[in-house]
Formats: sequence, structure tokens, C-alpha cells
Amino acid sequence: MISREEVEHIARLSRLRFEEEELERFRHDLSAILDYVNTLGELDLEGLKPTAHAVDLKNVLRADEPGVCLSQAAAVANGPAVEAGQFVVPRIG
Amino acid sequence: MFSLTARACRDLLGSGEVSSTELVELYLDQVERVDDRVGSFLLVDRDGALAQAAAVDATPRDERLPWEGVPIALKDLLCVEGMETTCASRILKGYRPPYDATVVAKLRAAGLIFLGKLNMDEFAMGSSTENSSVQLTRNPWDLERVPGGSSGGSAACVAAAQAPWSLGSDTGGSIRQPASLCGVVGMKPTYGVVSRYGLIAFASSLDQIGPLTRDVRDAAALLDLIAGNDLMDSTSVGLPAPLVMPTRTDLTGLRFGVIREFLGEACEPGVREVFDGAVAAIHAAGGMCEELQLPSVEKGLAAYYIIAPAEASSNLARFDGVRFGHRSEGAVDLIDMYNRTRSEGFGEEVKRRIMIGTYVLSSGYYDAYYTQAQKTRTLIADDFRRAFGRVDYLISPTSPTVAFGIGERTQDPLAMYLSDLCTIPANLAGLPAISIPAGLSHGLPVGLQIIGPHFSEQGLLEAAYAVEQRLGLSALPSIAEAGR
Repeated sequence: MISREEVEHIARLSRLRFEEEELERFRHDLSAILDYVNTLGELDLEGLKPTAHAVDLKNVLRADEPGVCLSQAAAVANGPAVEAGQFVVPRIG
Repeated sequence: MFSLTARACRDLLGSGEVSSTELVELYLDQVERVDDRVGSFLLVDRDGALAQAAAVDATPRDERLPWEGVPIALKDLLCVEGMETTCASRILKGYRPPYDATVVAKLRAAGLIFLGKLNMDEFAMGSSTENSSVQLTRNPWDLERVPGGSSGGSAACVAAAQAPWSLGSDTGGSIRQPASLCGVVGMKPTYGVVSRYGLIAFASSLDQIGPLTRDVRDAAALLDLIAGNDLMDSTSVGLPAPLVMPTRTDLTGLRFGVIREFLGEACEPGVREVFDGAVAAIHAAGGMCEELQLPSVEKGLAAYYIIAPAEASSNLARFDGVRFGHRSEGAVDLIDMYNRTRSEGFGEEVKRRIMIGTYVLSSGYYDAYYTQAQKTRTLIADDFRRAFGRVDYLISPTSPTVAFGIGERTQDPLAMYLSDLCTIPANLAGLPAISIPAGLSHGLPVGLQIIGPHFSEQGLLEAAYAVEQRLGLSALPSIAEAGR
């Protein structure tokens, strides 16, 4: 079982905040899931290379040519707070 | 009328028997008639679809493109310019993408008409569509059961004849499992065949977009429309050659490997029975079947639940209330705004996966979990490679069970994850795989999964077509017939 402090630490890293009873529930769920994925420890993986991508691709290159892109207005159109084409955010604490 | 394939729609338009407007109205009417019960659609773009159809009808028939005027519906994680796209999440409510996903642009260029956006598990995380923050989708075969997921809306809308075909996405089975549970065809292409540009990312090394259709030939046609290398996705490769309509009717000379690990105790007796019937049908069509062991695939699920959450925790960091979607009000500073926005905006399963992903990537655990999972991925890919040295295709049930009851697995995340036992390994190895209806167990559909080697789409579709002809299944749920 992972500790309550660990759950709080992971929540902080994840930028998530939990109520008291949620913390307990997550502690329980995460522990069960981690126990399950820990069964990978039964495998002999000695000498195997990790796979990040299933299909072998060499470096993919293309000419660096300017193309059409979104206008500034379109790029910020979905922002919850926008001023003069910029995203507005609360002050940094 | 409602058993129409997309090819039949195309032919009716081509011969002038129906107009595109009539066709679109037919489907919109069916949506109106049944969607309060089925719940496939998050958004129905009636006006947009009818305007598109009117434009098609105004074009002389001999000047139209082959698929022009045929309707389609899209899973709500595909960006359509100006059309609300939410991934069924509160955090993206109101988001209107400023651009089309590559697949959407391709379909638009081919003249297809967008009926609307389909329900899904939030950010494609789930196997029952119950994780949608908006609504339930119900299985058209039994409204008390789930349609599967995460592309539950995409599968249910085809089964309920609300659209002739649809697009979904598959990270660990999210096209094939709901296709199986809803009795339609669903295909995940080889990783890289279809561009992911404009697909809102879940786990980037696993995600692929693919078709959900009434039959194998429609799947071939739709995959051919969306496949291709794309400058906007450097992992996209496309297909070695354009797909042609499958015509194969016998399986003489083809070797099929039955994956023994997927027929264990997790596999329901009713599913096993239908699967055995499909194996007999393959034999009858001249194919050879032998049981094979792929010991590593049993660990696929565990590797997946490290890799997918790890990638998701990174991909979903972008939802922070700054550039799009929901922002929490009343925060005292920036970090507080991030915390509140994400805690309010994400649902429980998404938070669970972000937490697991963050944990396995965090300092001190990376090698124990992530590196270990990636090595397991290598082991699985090697097992498949060896198997394809002996047989041409691998087969298994798509899902170990038929559609389960609504609410049955929501309290136990691990029980829910088990739904994807048979589908996950193909994602980890990047292989193409298709699910086709193989029969009914107690009135509920059972799917047959066929997995092929990398970029074997043409052959895989030919084999699936031959099996489909042999099984000859064309049953529809009664709700699809209602409008006849």
C-alpha cells in the first residue's frame, strides 16, 4: 500500500487537488493498480532493449520551409481570458 | 433502408435514386428517433450537414467525387474546424478547434458529410463509455448494457443505423472492443498508417485512428480514405499501396494461429463457443488453424497500464486553463488556478491515470516501472514476430466477454481494464487488427479479432472479408430496424 504522503506528493506533481475521502480512495485504487503492474517483475527482461515506438522509423526530415499557419487571432480565440492577442493569467504566487 | 452500407449510400447517390439531402435526413431522422435511448451523439450538426448536402445536390452527378454526399459521424476527439470538440470532458467544454484533423480534412476533401460528434470515455480512457462526463451511451442490442469503449458512440451509432459508418480511435482496443460488443466491424491500422494530427492525444505511441463500419469492405474503403503519410505527424508512414476492395472468398493456403493465452478462464463460455464456431468456419473455407502460445501477451495489460498512463500524464499537462477550455474562477495565483481548473475539469478515471502516470515517471521509480514496461513491450513484439514466422494471421476473441451491464464494473478499475486483455498487445506491438462480428451469445454480439504483421492491411482485410462471407452474419439490433 502506498502511503498517504506519497499520494499527496503525486497529486502535487500532477497539479491536482483532492478532498479527504478522495485521497483515501485514490490511495486504495493506486495501490491495487500498482500491485497489478508490479507482476512485470516476474518476467526475465535481462538484455532486452526498451521499445518506445513499435514501428522502426529512421529520422524523419523535411525541408524547413515556411508554410501557412494559424493567425494570432485564431490561435488565441479559445482562450478563457485574452487581451490584445495575449493570454491573461493570474499573478504568479 | 437502414441496413445500408456506406457503399450502398454511394451507389444510391451515384445512380440518382436518392439525393444527398434525402440521405442525410434519413440518418438525422434515425438519430432523432433513437438517440434519446442510445445516446451516441454529443453533438448533431443538423444545419451544417444539410447545408453540405445541398451543396452536393447542386453539383451535377458526373462532376462529383466517388464518396461525395455520403454521411459519416466522428468520435469527439477529432478536431473539426469550428465544431465543438470536447473528448467528452468538462475541461474542454466549448472548445472549437481552429483547424481540421488530417483525417477530417481528407474526408472533407472527399466530399463526406459530417453528421456530428460521438460520445466516448473522457479522453478515451475507459472500456464502457461510462467515463463520459456528459452522458451514458447504451448498447443498441440491449439498452441496459454498455456499448464498450472508449469509442462507444462510434460503435453504437453504426449498430443503431444512426450513421452508415464512423471514425474512432484505438489506444488499447478502443475501436475493436466496442465494435465487438455492438456487432459491427472495427479496425485499428498499423501504427503510422493514419496521421494523428488533430487527434487529441491520449498515449501517443499507441493511438491510431480507424474505421467502424457495417462490413469489411466499408472498413477497407474508409481506411483507404484516411490513410497516408502526413507532414504534420512525423510518425505517419501511410500504406505501401492504396487499398483495393477485398474479393477473396476462400482461405486456402492461409495459416491462422489461435492465441491460446486469450482462451483462458477470463474468456466467457458463450464467447468461446462463438469463437470455436468461427475457427470451424475458417477450416471450412480452406484455412488452417493451429493453437500458438505467446506467453508474453498476458503481461500486455500490466505493461499497458504503465505506458499509457505515463504518456497520458504528459499529454494532459496541456490542460491548464490558459489557452483553451475550462478555467476555474477565484484562484489566488497561477498554481492555484492550475490546481483548481484541473481538479474541476477532469473526471475520476482521468485523474487516476494522470496519478499513475506521474507516479511511474517520478524520480526513483522510472526504471522500476517505465523502463520495465518498455522492455516488456519488446518481449511482446518479439513474440509476435516469431508467431508471424509460422502463421499468416493470429486470431482470438476480441473481448473476453459480451457487453456487460451498465454500472457493473465502474467500482473496480482493474475489472474494467480486463476488458482490453485481448486487444492491448496489438497496440503495444503496433500491429494492425480487425474485429468482425462472429455470432451472437444469448442475443449479444461476439467479435472475432484477426491480427496481422505490420502494414499487412490489404491481406488482413482480404482474410477478414473471406471469414465474413463464410460467417454470413448480417443481424441488426431491433432498434436499427425501427425506422424501416
